[in-house]
Amino acid sequence: MTLLETARPLKKTPLYDRHVSLGGKIVDFSGWGLPVYYTSILSEHQWTRQSCSFFDVSHLGEIRVGGKDALAFLQSRLTSDISRALPGKIVYAILPDEQGRALDDVLVYGTPHDYFIIVNAANIERDFKEFKKYAPGGVAVEDLSDNMACIAVQGPRSEAVLEKLFGFRLSGMDYYTHTEEKFDGESVWISRSGYTGEDGFEIFSKNEKAGVIWDKLAGEGKALGALPAGLGARNTLRLEAGNLLYGHELDEKTTPLDAGMKFVVHFEKGDFVGRAALLAQKEQGTKKALVGFKMADRSIPRDGYPVFYNGKEAGSVTSGSFAPTVGAGIGMAFVSPAASPVGTKIQVGIHGRLADAEIVRRPFVQLKHRKG
Amino acid sequence: MDTSKLRYTETHEWVSLNGNNAVIGVTDHAQKEISDVVFVELPKAGKKVQAKDSVMVVESVKAAFDIYAPMSGTVTKANEKLSGKPELVNQSPLGDGWLYELECSDPSQFDKLLTEAQYKNVSSQAAH
Repeated sequence: MTLLETARPLKKTPLYDRHVSLGGKIVDFSGWGLPVYYTSILSEHQWTRQSCSFFDVSHLGEIRVGGKDALAFLQSRLTSDISRALPGKIVYAILPDEQGRALDDVLVYGTPHDYFIIVNAANIERDFKEFKKYAPGGVAVEDLSDNMACIAVQGPRSEAVLEKLFGFRLSGMDYYTHTEEKFDGESVWISRSGYTGEDGFEIFSKNEKAGVIWDKLAGEGKALGALPAGLGARNTLRLEAGNLLYGHELDEKTTPLDAGMKFVVHFEKGDFVGRAALLAQKEQGTKKALVGFKMADRSIPRDGYPVFYNGKEAGSVTSGSFAPTVGAGIGMAFVSPAASPVGTKIQVGIHGRLADAEIVRRPFVQLKHRKG
Repeated sequence: MDTSKLRYTETHEWVSLNGNNAVIGVTDHAQKEISDVVFVELPKAGKKVQAKDSVMVVESVKAAFDIYAPMSGTVTKANEKLSGKPELVNQSPLGDGWLYELECSDPSQFDKLLTEAQYKNVSSQAAH
């Protein structure tokens, strides 16, 4: 076997030393040294579904957009209707280019004065430049990423764990809402959100506070059912939940309509960058479709493997893995529209042979998000 | 198992040789790196391989890992237990988690493989 080694120097989150001392297996995530697992992906995946796991996602970027014209600006620069990002609410959106292709997928947190945009780690610089480039005079754009940390707490026991450990009042919160709380004399921002398909929260804080929060979770949290988990489990959890990952299901060559995300393109709100191109694509139809599929045998699809339909190559796997909760190999793929209906039999090229699979509905597991 | 009688590869396989018959598996260091084995694609008996060819694949949750032939020869047997219990590779990499047997065409290749001490040197460097 070949073991991958990384050579480039890795950026460290404020929690890096804690990952090392907890025995985390550190790998390169978009240039960040983060744990892929502490014990094993499988056990951390299963623990998240049954109890509570906490993940360091401080590599995520945070960009503040403020000023009196902030809403009008974001309406013109993102695909979703940002007027829905009222104070305390969260809106998912695509940052498109002029052709409607995805430069990033982001979350917009509305507050009384500003919008906080959570962006993917690999795209922080580009997103910031894009916002700066298009922002008019009355709009302030600030990259807060270097000073902010984020810990995701996910799983059915998350609410109980956080309420007990920190005294936060979370039971009234709906999915995709956020609130400001005080901890240790400082503000922290908590949203009921996450990537795993479970109920859960994301805690944003200044870098200096992240260690104290983490230590409480890792210390007293253990008896309440909370354990640290790495980004390996976060990926298998998000795949089972049917969530897209930028760089896999979405990229600079893919529009949100290609990825089947009509719900995130709000043409009726007025003009925005890429609107004309997306409208044309909506009328003409897409040339590829994003699907979920499940293997018929025990073989495991991986990113980049070719997909076949009726004996011809019909696309490729964007994300594939063994899915612990499903108990089989699953994946997402872009395929020709003819191969996309649920129930279609396809094949995946795996290690030089064709393995049978079937198009299935996403998500692959039942989502446990708290109803809003 | 007396691991000092084994030979090793730089790609983290171990070999036990008895006459022309070699038993092959992955090292304890390798199983830790692979983590969570969930599927093993076993080679078929009769498959002819050259040293350093990819013979089979061990899949964990995180990735697929090629397993290379340490020596040339013909596969005579695969560990069928792994079809139902792939986790044996993690639990017992040098015992019940062995992978396959090879009838070697040139048993002298064994002597050119890494000794335990040499392999320990390789795997400790790979870990850091």
